[in-house]
Amino acid sequence: MNVFDIQELNLWYGKFQALKDVSLTAADAEITALIGPSGCGKSTLLKTLNRMNDLTPDCRITGSVRLRGQDVYADLPVNELRRRVGMVFQKPNPFPMSVYDNIAFGPRTHGVKSRLALDETVEKSLRSAAIWDEVKDRLRKSALGLSGGQQQRLCIARALAVTPEVLLLDEPTSALDPISTGKIEELLLTLKKNYCIIIVTHNMQQATRISDKTAFFLLGEMVEYDNTEKIFSLPRDKRTEDYVTGRFG
Amino acid sequence: MRRFEAELTELNSSLIEMGAMIEASIAGAVRALAEQDRSVAEAVISGDNQIDDKEKEIETLCLRLLLARQPVARDFRQISTALKMVTDMERIGDQAADISEICLGLIGQSYIKKIERIPRMASATTLMVTRSIDAYVRKDPELAQSVIESDDIVDGLFFEIRAELIQLVHADAANGEQAFDLMQIAKYFERIGDHACNIAEWVIFFLTGRRKNKQLL
Amino acid sequence: MKKKRLKNKYPRKYGEILLGAITWAAALLMTAVLLYIIGFIVYRGAPYLKPSLFSPTYNSTNVSLLPALVSTVYMTAFALAVALPLGLGAAIYLAEYARRGHKVVRLIRLATETLAGIPSIIHGLFGMLFFVTYLGWGFSLLAGVCTLAIMILPLIMRASEEALLAAPDSYREGAFALGAGKLRTVFRIVLPAAAPGILAGVILSVGRIVGETAALIYTAGTVAQMPFAEGGPPLIDVFASVRTLSVHMYALTREGLHTNEGFATALTLLAVVMGINAAAAWMAGRVGKNRS
Repeated sequence: MNVFDIQELNLWYGKFQALKDVSLTAADAEITALIGPSGCGKSTLLKTLNRMNDLTPDCRITGSVRLRGQDVYADLPVNELRRRVGMVFQKPNPFPMSVYDNIAFGPRTHGVKSRLALDETVEKSLRSAAIWDEVKDRLRKSALGLSGGQQQRLCIARALAVTPEVLLLDEPTSALDPISTGKIEELLLTLKKNYCIIIVTHNMQQATRISDKTAFFLLGEMVEYDNTEKIFSLPRDKRTEDYVTGRFG
Repeated sequence: MRRFEAELTELNSSLIEMGAMIEASIAGAVRALAEQDRSVAEAVISGDNQIDDKEKEIETLCLRLLLARQPVARDFRQISTALKMVTDMERIGDQAADISEICLGLIGQSYIKKIERIPRMASATTLMVTRSIDAYVRKDPELAQSVIESDDIVDGLFFEIRAELIQLVHADAANGEQAFDLMQIAKYFERIGDHACNIAEWVIFFLTGRRKNKQLL
Repeated sequence: MKKKRLKNKYPRKYGEILLGAITWAAALLMTAVLLYIIGFIVYRGAPYLKPSLFSPTYNSTNVSLLPALVSTVYMTAFALAVALPLGLGAAIYLAEYARRGHKVVRLIRLATETLAGIPSIIHGLFGMLFFVTYLGWGFSLLAGVCTLAIMILPLIMRASEEALLAAPDSYREGAFALGAGKLRTVFRIVLPAAAPGILAGVILSVGRIVGETAALIYTAGTVAQMPFAEGGPPLIDVFASVRTLSVHMYALTREGLHTNEGFATALTLLAVVMGINAAAAWMAGRVGKNRS
């Protein structure tokens, strides 16, 4: 089932058009990878999905982005949208507080006060993000003391704590070593069952390893969108082929 | 990326070289049969080692490229095709050697029939092999398709030879021994045709992503 | 052997040795001066630091410093109580709400920088003309507090703004992405992260308050009395004229009759400042506990 339905999305930063007529759907229980050279608009697209672009001045949008039929720019309060659409960033960004408080921040934001419920959410989220065993003895210690890979999984757990339907990940492993990267990929494949996952990645092999669908972006345009295996074995468009085989430009 | 392109070119020329080697082997086997020439037959048999070496060399190159370049799209199809092709090419070399082996045993015997269809079969299969490798080099899916279609001709010739040999055995049981050898030779040529077909099918995968009309990925 | 070869490979140049010597000498000199001053104050002040100096009342025979000490504490606390919310509020507006690089922001920043550069005597003059005379508060604790608040406001504002801007945007993004609003993001995430920087500004301000004399003589006066109302503590008479420790010291040494007690006061002041810094460092440590 389609969770996100993007239709003819255009986006401008001032006079610069960052997205051109992008139409794309993302389904439940699937990982969709967005690939393309830097500045091609893939991260921009990701940010339109949870309206992080609202923070950018001079950002203008036409077209529609629907989350299970609801227009995210009209029908949904932005805080509710961001609860339902979690985001994980390129650089792990745990808050400068304890592991527990990091995870509890989201639920507390959305009105959960009971100690019991919070304890439960924290444990469940950390377990889902496959980091519980590593942090269960140091929940009260600073999250900044964790390794980079652990921090990133903590950020995933933090996103999961507000029971989202979608996970957006913006190059989540680009700052991590291969072992941490492997753990995150493994985690995403496990989480896939219950979430619609959209990931921006510069790593072709990562896209082939974990994603079901891949969309290739170039200069704000979505050049090709297909099954990942198709994109990486037999792309239709010459530009896609040139990019994935590294013959670009 | 330049270096990768150079490596792919190197892979291509290695495949062409190996193609030339197996074509020479088939031609040698045909000559060994027609002219009962011991030295030609022996050259084919010993030449098989070089073909095997070439196969290993190409395999190593492919594996190294897979490992180091983690190719995708066209490069990925090209390298995996090469890896599959060399297996069939090596088998063709083996079969040319096997034919030559039988020919060594036939030296000195007068043939029980005119050797006429087998060379025709040989030239048809040689053409298939040449074309299948050409199709790879020239990236020509239609040429590859024509190889697959011409397999029927080779199969037809094989059945004609078989029927003829059966008749010869019926006529005189003493023909049996040689008929058996000739039958084996015909069978080897028929197998060479099949291998050429396999190569052509992989070439089509390389060029279209489809093999036997099925999307592999 | 290996060590020797390394040494030969990178011979130290004369300039390098000279520079090293200069910096080392500078550090030594600075420490020596500091130690000398402290030593001098302790040497001169300690013998006169008698219990009688801490009697609740001051008179011309026993120049008790306790009233000044108490006044200093109140002066500092009240000035911070006025300036910190204002300065922090302004800093939060500038760093979090105003559009970065906007004209108004730059104007406010220019104004605060100018304010920070004004000599304290001018603040004192303004305080006297406005609070003491125009508003008719007289020489009073309140006039002193307000003058000091104006003086330290730019310090707190700049320090807080720097600290807020130094908090990485990734914290804000992370909070927004979880559905937190601006207010929650600023107060729960950004402000705690900026706390050590803000505290540094507060420490600097405390230093200025405690060390201030000129501005206070014009506004709080020089009466050596407790700032308490008639009911006694904890009631406070904000219109009482008071003197802080620094002013007390100034008064004692200027009169020339109680120079020794002046040194004793200096010693006390030193202890107060060290105490405040230690407390601030401890607080910074607590706030920043989760940052390492």
